[in-house]
Amino acid sequence: MLAAYPEGRKRSAVVPMLIYAQDETGAVTPELIAEVAKRCEVEPLQVDEVVGYYSMLHRKPLGKYHVQVCTNISCLLVGGEELYEHAKKKLGIGNKQVTADGQFSLEEVECMGACSWAPAVEINYDFHHYVTPERLDQLIDALRKAN
Amino acid sequence: MAETVKLTINGKQIEAEKGTLLIEVARQNGIEIPAFCYYQNLSLQAACRMCLVEVEKTPKLQVGCTLPVAEGMVVHTDSEVVRQSRKGMVELLLTNHPLDCPVCDKGGECELQDMTFRYGLGESRFVERKQHVDEEQWSPVVYFDRPRCIMCYRCVRVCNEGLDVTALGVGNRGVVSQILPNFHDHLECDECGACIDICPVGALTSGAYRYKTRPWEMHHVGTICTHCADGCRTTLGVRNEKIIRGNNRDSSGINGEFLCVKGRYAFDFTEHPERLQSPLMRAGGRLEPVSWSQALEAVAKKFIEVKQGSGHFGVIGSCHTTNEENFYLQKFARQVLGTKNVDHHRSGDLATLFDALTDRGKVLATVEDLANAKAVLVVASDLAQQHPMLANQIRASRRLRGARVYTVTPGPVREDKNAVASVRVQKGGELAGIESLRDKLKAESDLTIVFGDAIQGESLRKLIAFGDSLGLAVKYICLVDYSNSRGAFDMGLIPRDGGLSREQMLARDLDVLWVVGANPLKEVRGESKAGFLVVQDLFLTETAQRADIVLPAASAYEKTGTVTNVCGEVQKLKAAINVMGPKADLEIMGLIAREMGPAAVRTLGMWLPDKVFEEIRKTVHGYDVPMPVVATGGAAPTMPLNGRVAALPGSISSAGDTLFTSGTLGRYSKVLNSVMESPGALYEEKGRHS
Amino acid sequence: MPTTLYNEPSPLETKVLSKRFGLENSHRLDTYLAHDGFKAFLKARQMTPEQIVEEVKTSALRGRGGAGFPTGLKWSFVPRTSPKPKYIVINADESEPGTCKDRLLMEYDPHQLIEGILIAGLAMDAHKGYLYIRGEYRYLIDHTDRAIGEAYSKGYLGKNIAGTGFDFDLYTHSGAGAYECGEETALLDSLEGKRGIPRMKPPFPAVAGAWASPTLLNNVETFSAVPNIIRDGGAAFAALGTPKNGGTRLVCISGHVNKPGVYELPLGYPMLKAIYEVAGGIPGGKKLKAVVPGGSSCPLLKAEECDIPMDYDTLAKAGSMLGSGGMVVLDETTDMVKFALRIMRFYAHESCGWCIPCREGTTWLRKILQRFDDGGGRKEDIPVLGEVSKNMLGRTFCALGDAAAMPTISIVEKFREDFEKRLAGASRASELVTV
Repeated sequence: MLAAYPEGRKRSAVVPMLIYAQDETGAVTPELIAEVAKRCEVEPLQVDEVVGYYSMLHRKPLGKYHVQVCTNISCLLVGGEELYEHAKKKLGIGNKQVTADGQFSLEEVECMGACSWAPAVEINYDFHHYVTPERLDQLIDALRKAN
Repeated sequence: MAETVKLTINGKQIEAEKGTLLIEVARQNGIEIPAFCYYQNLSLQAACRMCLVEVEKTPKLQVGCTLPVAEGMVVHTDSEVVRQSRKGMVELLLTNHPLDCPVCDKGGECELQDMTFRYGLGESRFVERKQHVDEEQWSPVVYFDRPRCIMCYRCVRVCNEGLDVTALGVGNRGVVSQILPNFHDHLECDECGACIDICPVGALTSGAYRYKTRPWEMHHVGTICTHCADGCRTTLGVRNEKIIRGNNRDSSGINGEFLCVKGRYAFDFTEHPERLQSPLMRAGGRLEPVSWSQALEAVAKKFIEVKQGSGHFGVIGSCHTTNEENFYLQKFARQVLGTKNVDHHRSGDLATLFDALTDRGKVLATVEDLANAKAVLVVASDLAQQHPMLANQIRASRRLRGARVYTVTPGPVREDKNAVASVRVQKGGELAGIESLRDKLKAESDLTIVFGDAIQGESLRKLIAFGDSLGLAVKYICLVDYSNSRGAFDMGLIPRDGGLSREQMLARDLDVLWVVGANPLKEVRGESKAGFLVVQDLFLTETAQRADIVLPAASAYEKTGTVTNVCGEVQKLKAAINVMGPKADLEIMGLIAREMGPAAVRTLGMWLPDKVFEEIRKTVHGYDVPMPVVATGGAAPTMPLNGRVAALPGSISSAGDTLFTSGTLGRYSKVLNSVMESPGALYEEKGRHS
Repeated sequence: MPTTLYNEPSPLETKVLSKRFGLENSHRLDTYLAHDGFKAFLKARQMTPEQIVEEVKTSALRGRGGAGFPTGLKWSFVPRTSPKPKYIVINADESEPGTCKDRLLMEYDPHQLIEGILIAGLAMDAHKGYLYIRGEYRYLIDHTDRAIGEAYSKGYLGKNIAGTGFDFDLYTHSGAGAYECGEETALLDSLEGKRGIPRMKPPFPAVAGAWASPTLLNNVETFSAVPNIIRDGGAAFAALGTPKNGGTRLVCISGHVNKPGVYELPLGYPMLKAIYEVAGGIPGGKKLKAVVPGGSSCPLLKAEECDIPMDYDTLAKAGSMLGSGGMVVLDETTDMVKFALRIMRFYAHESCGWCIPCREGTTWLRKILQRFDDGGGRKEDIPVLGEVSKNMLGRTFCALGDAAAMPTISIVEKFREDFEKRLAGASRASELVTV
């Protein structure tokens, strides 16, 4: 990853390194910040600054399946909010919370680029389009069963 | 003269250097463009939007702090739309501001208050719930109150750009963004407080000052810091004979706004509970409080008795007492007691330096010279730890004027980060390290060499020969430890003409050893070898504990006089507070003389600082400094390069203080002890180069 | 990777950039090569850099990211003879609400994008490119990495591309969730591993962009148009659109329409025709209330303002913008208070916090709108919404403040009655925090 950037510009890898590492470790811990700082040859503070800025970076672990429901304008007009309310009830958790078994977390997210196929849900990195409450139930139930 | 342009601001025709920022041009012409984030000598932010002004022929309001002036520009800084915009900005700033001015340390000297008063709306339309987060303590001396913060990033910049410490950043984003300390919830840094000082609001407050006073209840006394040798001006805020705050917001001294943790906070030794309040005299093996007259009489009696018996005296002076006191003390020793045994703790080889450079003219660099130097070579010193103001000047020279920095040190130092070249050497290998830089240094147009105690005697002569061989203008700064180490040497607290050195005095069975403001027995075990030990000090030091008579002395913040900094600049002390009990060392010496009789007083003259300084100006090499400079709080350079200086017996070594230590005074500073005890990976290796 | 499309194409489309969408394995290099792939690159290799830039100028292509700056002109700003390395940076941080087109261009035709980047490389004498893809599009990062790998393995990236002696390396770079990084200088800070805070301009990225080097920064769709321009000539591309508004663009229609989807339409396409014919009209025969013409940053148009051709200049004249091509259709049932709130929640969430008016203004507006939506709106709040927005407009550090202010001002001015309908009873006022 560091090789992609020009000589002496290792800092450039900070954001991708954090997000890829978070996928492995589940959260951005102080240890991870220190490690990224070391590899990218910056101060830990400079990594810490970045962690707080980007909304996909989390300091606490998310669920194994992170359910992201978009309620931005295109989704809002076609039931995104209702879908999000449904997801809260279905999972029994609120925004940015994790189910007791650690399997699911929920987040109301901003536009994720699926406006013309709204409402949209992204579970981890998988997009789901034209999602209805019933479809969301199926998706969640299938993931529950897969465990 | 650089290219100029003509422009109009508020109808006023103005000529200005092309490319200057509009906000500066306006200020130079008496027109205020308000700003929070703009700060001279720090990078531009354009974040606070207070400086928006109207520039004709541009569709939007323009940012005054980033806009370079151009020919024909027509600017309005007070038009209706500009006034409305400022009102809008202040209103927005206050939406999440707690408006807790009645309990805020900054109230009364807050830029946000001033801006609101001057440019604000007068009423609030904001009726929503405010964003709140609790205050955080980041270190013993730094507190952060996010709701008060206006995010001008001055603190972040002064820490990163000014101090090169990078202890502050920005966390989160949007309305919950905040200043972030380097260890997420706490700071590990120089604790210099520059961030607090530069904060325009009460977001960063000082643990030493908070909730102690309202700013208008203090009076302010500008004096010179009594810790290291750099000679920073610190403005002490005083209320009810207590020093509450130190800063230098008016940039009045050679240090500009800079102060380190000591200059800003370590005045608290003055009110330490163990501060000596009355003279002590040994009775039945114990030191018991006595009156001043009893003590002075006893000292005088002893001095006369030993003098009449042709006994041996030894006198060890201080690195913190004033030039006047040092001068008076050596004169007392030589002319009244009749001894050549005079010395102080010498931390730099000034004798060899002055001898080697004799009759050279202005080759001793002043702080200003250092600020203007095109190249600086730092040898055998961790400046950021031991001479923080000099280090700051070097950083500023590099950042603002492109100075080139070289380091030759035993371990890594902060200057390395932006150095042209850094050489690591073992003790004794410094000259070889410098030699390896010869070609690079030869290419410089001038050079200032700053060197520590590892360079002394023969190696100092070699260093000067090296400087001579470069074929360019070279100036020198010989680093010494404390606020008047330089003055102690210049005033003659040295064992010249065959006197005994400090070590020799301690090793001999002298009849009387008189120690003024020093702690030479700190590392010595057992009883003092001297027959009679007189000590003047603020505290019952290891030396004072073994004294026969202890006289409580006033500190530098409690007296007037002059001190000479590491660069040989003379500056005036101004008493900030009065103390009951202790007396200034000069007064103590004068009173001893008086007790000894009229002859002694006639020999020594009156113990008034101004009178003694008059004599210094007349008799001490290089000290015929212009009085107006000193009297008005300026720094007058001395140039004591005149005639050969004989080699002196005894050793020269730095005490190796760090940012957080300061000899005896540091031990009695609660603030310094508290920052040392707080986590600080940066400074784990204390005194690592000493 | 599915090759089925997310929405049915429309017969009314003019398919240029999207002409390979729907082909089996359209994302594969073989498919691309079999359908005109890399012809433009080889042609460009025979042209001088000046000729390439001139051809792009002729095409009247304007930046598809949102600002609509003439692409050829932007290309001409990069000092291609600078001794510094030059970089091509591709903005794939598609985050403007209502916009979902760059996704398709990367998903269905990544090699068209790669070819466009290479042509830009030729024109700028640049040999490295960075494709900044928003973190949420992880599947596309993986997908594009595979396409890049394919291009390397067949000699269309790397050393001596297609035997022409031209070298170019292309890397993907993941974002991590920040709308602000779509702003080109914030993107560069993010690319350099920092918080995505916009930079002061000047210097412009063309002179000092990525790592302080000259940098050409364009949107995915802009680069994807380039091979078509070089291959068929700038004039042919220009002719598809209207004067100064060359070519086609991918219009993302969403909201209250029967057939939402991404459709490639020529510049100057009638807006109502796009809504009623291309996207199949409004469900249930409801009436049109308003249109967001090009992403959430654009001032809204009322139904009666929508009988216009969709090109940059006409939209500007109508007081709005063509933006990023995200067209959101609102029917008569839409509650404009809720809609304005959702927009402002977005901008308050995405404001980087750097400058005062955007940081504080977006949150204040969000709070007022939230209160309205919760039933606590007061009559005197309505002008405050407009005034606070205007205090932000043109006065923030970057365009995000404008993007938040513009739709709000338009909604408050054009749909004031929606706010008046939602005013609270007197009882609610006591819950307000007064200061």
